[in-house]
Amino acid sequence: MLKKRVIPSLLLKNGRMVKGINFDNFRETGEAKSAIRIYSSQDADELLFIDIDPNPQSRLSLIDIVAHAAKECFMPLTVGGGIKTLNDIKELLAAGADKILINSHAYGNDGFIIDAIDLFGAQCIVAGIDYKGSAESAICWRNSGRECLDISPYMLAQKYDSLGVGEIFLNSIDRDGLKNGYDVQTIKQIADLVSCPLIGAGGAGNFEHLEAAFKNSSVSALSCASLFHFGDNNPIRARSYLRNASVPVRRLREEL
Amino acid sequence: MIGIINYEMGNLGSVQNAFDSLYIDAKVISSPKEISECSKLVLPGVGSFKQAMLNLERQGWAGELKKIQGSMPIMGICLGMQLFFESSHEGGFSEGLGLIEGQVNKFDISENLKLPHVGWNTLIAKKTNIMTKGISSEIDVYFVHSYICMPKRIEDILFTSNYGSEFVAAVSKDNIYGFQFHPEKSQPIGLKLLNNFKKLK
Repeated sequence: MLKKRVIPSLLLKNGRMVKGINFDNFRETGEAKSAIRIYSSQDADELLFIDIDPNPQSRLSLIDIVAHAAKECFMPLTVGGGIKTLNDIKELLAAGADKILINSHAYGNDGFIIDAIDLFGAQCIVAGIDYKGSAESAICWRNSGRECLDISPYMLAQKYDSLGVGEIFLNSIDRDGLKNGYDVQTIKQIADLVSCPLIGAGGAGNFEHLEAAFKNSSVSALSCASLFHFGDNNPIRARSYLRNASVPVRRLREEL
Repeated sequence: MIGIINYEMGNLGSVQNAFDSLYIDAKVISSPKEISECSKLVLPGVGSFKQAMLNLERQGWAGELKKIQGSMPIMGICLGMQLFFESSHEGGFSEGLGLIEGQVNKFDISENLKLPHVGWNTLIAKKTNIMTKGISSEIDVYFVHSYICMPKRIEDILFTSNYGSEFVAAVSKDNIYGFQFHPEKSQPIGLKLLNNFKKLK
């Protein structure tokens, strides 16, 4: 049986790891390379890297960090932030990324997404959706929450799904960093709507939040940052909590 | 030395990094001429079957691999495994390398299961050999694919897994090994498989 994934996300600003609240008020949370080592030793299911303030200099840092991660840990790596061209994708794949998260530039650029899928395979392309509000009032934003799009996450998720992306990453800006739980209602509705796997993000503060989202929706994976950055939680403890709560999670030999 | 075949399809670096971490001598080879320096081959790959076969033909790999058959150990990963089969229906009909009898079809999923099949799923061993040494059943490995291999001969099946129904997760025939999942992305268990591959004669 396919397991539910818990994906630590590492937000990077000019190569430094940060975490904010509602896509704002970022504070430094440490050094990416040491975080990579720790997540590797804890056998995280996957890692997600997002350059939240993309510029030519930060791209170089991102490539360096991804190349380091690819040598250090043997798990799937998803990388995003400022992806606009096929060459951006090629460069990050060459550095060791397995999947590429495309957010702002995916909207309105169907041709780009289709070309990316043709060239690199659907499994490689993850479409990102950031939104504010919830359920019927939900509306998409892009460029790290600075530009409002005139479309609901439901419509946009269906659009990306029909283009054939490998996965969709759905992030609630309103819940980001607040640690009071996922927007389960919106996650559930979108997971039911699309044929590809959905990754939910935004709001995890404790393991009960993971359990609630997994049990009340068909979401394939949940991403979290604050949950692991602040406090003594880690992927091993998350897995054992979820296993005890009867959520199917990956088994490592030593955790049997 | 293990030769990692570069036919411009996918992430060769991950496979190289995984062998490096195990101190196994491996290198990316970009021409069939380099096969003579190798004792084993790995055919990695992600992307479309049709494009992959075109590249293998154009760069001269296809003929060489058919000639080698099982005379030296070869491991296919994900798309690389699928290419070992006779044909695929991905993006229309394409012929494969035909090293293993059978074909590649789209996952026939019922219920509300998502495609691609992405994530960690459990292996069920169907036979034992050097490759499965130290690999216990009930261990999860990382998959990402929408197409599955359907071997004609049951005895070619090494591992299965379950997604809606039981599907083939790995095959082996003589010295030919194919993994639908990604050992290079499956942490300790995946590295163990790569280490077992090294031990093949």
